[in-house]
Amino acid sequence: MAMDRRGFCKLAGLGVLGAAGASATTAREIRMNAGDAAGTIAEPIVGERWAMVVDLDACRKKDGCTDCIQACHKVHNVPKFDNPKDEVKWIWKEPYAEAFPNQKHEHMANHLLHEELLVFCNHCDNPPCVRVCPTQATWKRDDGIVMMDWHRCIGCRYCIAACPYGSRSFNWRDPRPFIAEQDPDFPTRTRGVVEKCTFCDERLAKGQLPACVEACNEKCLIFGDLEDAHSEVREILEKRHSIRRKPGLGTQPEVYYLV
Amino acid sequence: MRDRGRILLGLAAFLALALFPIWYNLGSGGSVIDLEVQLPEGGGDCIADTEFMRHEHMQLLMDWRDEVVRDNDRVYTAEDGKQYYKSLSTTCMSCHDNKQEFCDKCHDFVGVTPYCWDCHVEPKGGL
Repeated sequence: MAMDRRGFCKLAGLGVLGAAGASATTAREIRMNAGDAAGTIAEPIVGERWAMVVDLDACRKKDGCTDCIQACHKVHNVPKFDNPKDEVKWIWKEPYAEAFPNQKHEHMANHLLHEELLVFCNHCDNPPCVRVCPTQATWKRDDGIVMMDWHRCIGCRYCIAACPYGSRSFNWRDPRPFIAEQDPDFPTRTRGVVEKCTFCDERLAKGQLPACVEACNEKCLIFGDLEDAHSEVREILEKRHSIRRKPGLGTQPEVYYLV
Repeated sequence: MRDRGRILLGLAAFLALALFPIWYNLGSGGSVIDLEVQLPEGGGDCIADTEFMRHEHMQLLMDWRDEVVRDNDRVYTAEDGKQYYKSLSTTCMSCHDNKQEFCDKCHDFVGVTPYCWDCHVEPKGGL
């Protein structure tokens, strides 16, 4: 049978329609049954602008304490490598002079100059890591948390270069053999993925405070909503003098240090 | 056409070889999926019916992944109103706790290697 262009187009169109119809009829209707895995669903903690306050006076009271670091790294399956070049960390201690390089002078209080203080992701209002991420594997949530999607991270490490606080770690090696005890409630990462603190988004969603805050008996870590005028963080910041890391960079960090 | 016999013989041999996977499977019945996966003890209900889970679990898990991580939407409501956390390792695998006998069996058969467990920790029961 000879077919002209018009005939061919008609047939092709019919074919497409037929295929669409077939897939529509095979599309399965979702039917749900009762289940046993249904657990209790906790009320999440919600906020508009999460922030953390680190009370250095309270932290100093218990010299050498690493409860918060241990707690965080345990629940998030953070690996511990022997070689410092491979180090992965979410929360750690840094000498004052390195955490606040532009806010030191030689005559300042001795305890500040010589102490190590807690540092972690600042969850900046204007996060440079988010700007440079080519896959949007890291982004700022509406509540201010600078989140990570490890499924989407391609390991380009632009964010590591962009972050002025060194808050991000790269998995140069497979982390799994270096996790002492894997917590099945939280994923590990793979080689070639960047990780950092997420203000415990997964715990907030289940109505729990961040692991570091919960672990600190001295109450030196205070977590709260800056948009809520009656929140503990707001009240503390209004009463006491606080500083932020590298304010001149314009990143607007949301971790405040009471000095 | 003096070589007709040889040509036909050659063709038949070629076809027999090229179509080996088809007639081999026809003969052995090996293309039929007939796997016994280990279902959780107690036989509780799943978040959706078996037919749906069998065909759509991969899409469901991908949707859960995006909703949880990107939209912070973590609770799944089943048709009967029961609520579950959208979680492979804590919801799915709290019942299906034997990865080797449940997940791997089919995945191995069809030759797929999902990378879920590169990161997500499989429950201890399956080890």
